[in-house]
Amino acid sequence: MGSTQKYRVLIGKPGLDGHDRGAKFIARALRDAGFEVVYTGIRRSPEEIAAAAVQEDVDAVGLSSLSGAHMRLFPAVVEALAHAGAPEIPVLGGGVIPEEDIVALKAAGIVEIFTPGTPIDTIISAYRDACEKKSTG
Amino acid sequence: MAKHPKLAEWEENELAKSLSRFPERKAKFTNHGGDEIPRLATPETIDEHYLDNLGFPGQYPYTRGVQPTMHRGRLWTMRQYAGFSSAAESNKRYRYLLDQGTTGLSVAFDLPTQIGYDSDDQMSIGEVGKVGVAIDSLADMETLFDQIPLDKVSTSMTINSPAAVLLAMYVAVGEKQGVAPKDIQGTIQNDILKEYVARGTYIFPPKPSLRLITNIFQWCGQNTPAFNTISISGYHIREAGSTAAQEVAFTLANGCTYVQTALDAGLELDVFARRLAFFFNASSDLLEEVAKFRAARRLWARLMKERFGAKNKASLMLRFHTQTAGNTLTAQQIDNNIVRVTIQALAAVLGGTQSLHTNSKDEAHSLPTEESVRTALRTQQVLAHESGVVDTIDPLAGSYYIESLTDKIERDALALIDKIEESGGVVKCIEDGFIQRQIENAAYQYQMEIERGERIIVGVNKFQIQEEKKPPLLRVAPEVEESQIAKLTEVKNNRNNEQVASLLARLETAAQGDDNLMPFIYDCVKEYATLGEICNVLRKVFGEYKDRG
Repeated sequence: MGSTQKYRVLIGKPGLDGHDRGAKFIARALRDAGFEVVYTGIRRSPEEIAAAAVQEDVDAVGLSSLSGAHMRLFPAVVEALAHAGAPEIPVLGGGVIPEEDIVALKAAGIVEIFTPGTPIDTIISAYRDACEKKSTG
Repeated sequence: MAKHPKLAEWEENELAKSLSRFPERKAKFTNHGGDEIPRLATPETIDEHYLDNLGFPGQYPYTRGVQPTMHRGRLWTMRQYAGFSSAAESNKRYRYLLDQGTTGLSVAFDLPTQIGYDSDDQMSIGEVGKVGVAIDSLADMETLFDQIPLDKVSTSMTINSPAAVLLAMYVAVGEKQGVAPKDIQGTIQNDILKEYVARGTYIFPPKPSLRLITNIFQWCGQNTPAFNTISISGYHIREAGSTAAQEVAFTLANGCTYVQTALDAGLELDVFARRLAFFFNASSDLLEEVAKFRAARRLWARLMKERFGAKNKASLMLRFHTQTAGNTLTAQQIDNNIVRVTIQALAAVLGGTQSLHTNSKDEAHSLPTEESVRTALRTQQVLAHESGVVDTIDPLAGSYYIESLTDKIERDALALIDKIEESGGVVKCIEDGFIQRQIENAAYQYQMEIERGERIIVGVNKFQIQEEKKPPLLRVAPEVEESQIAKLTEVKNNRNNEQVASLLARLETAAQGDDNLMPFIYDCVKEYATLGEICNVLRKVFGEYKDRG
């Protein structure tokens, strides 16, 4: 990343799912890669996540879900961001997500979906790209 | 050489008594050539060190197992955790599993149920029926156990914060079937402390949560003496990324906290302690896992005897359920997961488990299909009936490596337990994040080893292939949410709403005081008060816990 810019990322756990090992790992790995990271903690509503993203003035939002509720919750965060007046903040996601859902999630505005086994370097560069794209508009 | 007097004593007492009550599965255990397989191998010379640290099975400190005959007497309970969608769908899966030779049920509830929300709650959107079955009221529970005799089948329920409500519903279903509370068997997880650090389905703050748990201990002691009132769980702590020694330490520290809380409430140790059960993870490091189970058993026995002064033998025994490690399943080349699960299940069996769930190969993608669940169950059956490891007790005992690792895990776990104690106890260490940080650090280190290629995960960071074929997936239809809400509305329309309101008001008053809440909750569920209604009353009185993030 450019040494002049420090990107800010919000990692969120929407819905009722408590599996946060992945979310915490991504948060820490991004931090180690030079990002400023805010982690919401588990069990947040899409509206709470959007509000936190706006308040923290982040460049990207990352979502994690392992309970199968991603088809409802990920697009709901995209919508909530639009409602909160921040449609430009890109949303990325990960978790136990069947391949056939990925197309639909991308169509709903999720920039990138990561499934188990994705190398962390791939994830970090996707966040960097998303943040860069947002800041260059 | 003459038989050691302690060995002869064990044979004449513990063993003879056990054999007279429960004969072994076979009159004679033999290999292919007809040679007899010994029940228990012991060192040539039995010394004080052996007697103090290992002893004989069914004897303090229980390193070699909690029963004198272990799996020669009875195999472990093959208990597959299952549940999804509606109560009717799950009931079908349970009856399928029972037909296939599963010997106990294990109910998975959906997240709204686990967190005390009805299916029509705003918080439940998208989650109804997803990771388990949705239960809103006694009506759903009646459907869930339709044609399943509760006096014959034992049921384990993974329910924590609202455990009192689901237990009350289960007892009520039993009564409707004509089964007396004293005859129902099973386990509720009811382990709130690990929810705060690893699993996440808490509702109330620690203090009122611990009160509910103690209420359950007491009520069950009087009403359902054959029911395990808690399953103190390391499983999820390990899934969250802890090491094996941390899993033992945090689990037993939680156990000590429940024991102390119950003692403080005036309960009698040797009455409630015999109904405490445990639940551990079986991961892929076979030898470390075997040592872990043995260390946990010995350490718990010592803690109960030395720190709490338990007298009853049953109070000292760490009986445990095991589940293979979900986090080790890969989304890539999923057939390899069958091999992983086999190794993990073998560790559990060699470690002397009382019951076992084997994961299915497709669970890194979604809920398992019926076919993959069958293979997972067959894995247990092959271990039980073909591998031969069940024919002799604690077969790895005496291995230099296993014994030294057992000692080390016990030592490391005890040091952590003492550190928690010195830092103000489990609740304080949860509130200030000490336990969570320990787990996170271990998880991060492990994952970074994988990322750097220092730790190889077959098919993930080495031996990869391009995969074309997608596995068949079990999906929960989105209509489930709608039909569940419709069912809930119908229940609310057909019950005596005045009676429900008055019972909920009585519960609220009781919650404000010191009474045992179980009888109040039991009265509510029998009148079809919903899970959400009951939990909302308690939320109002107790408040809610929020994750620190």
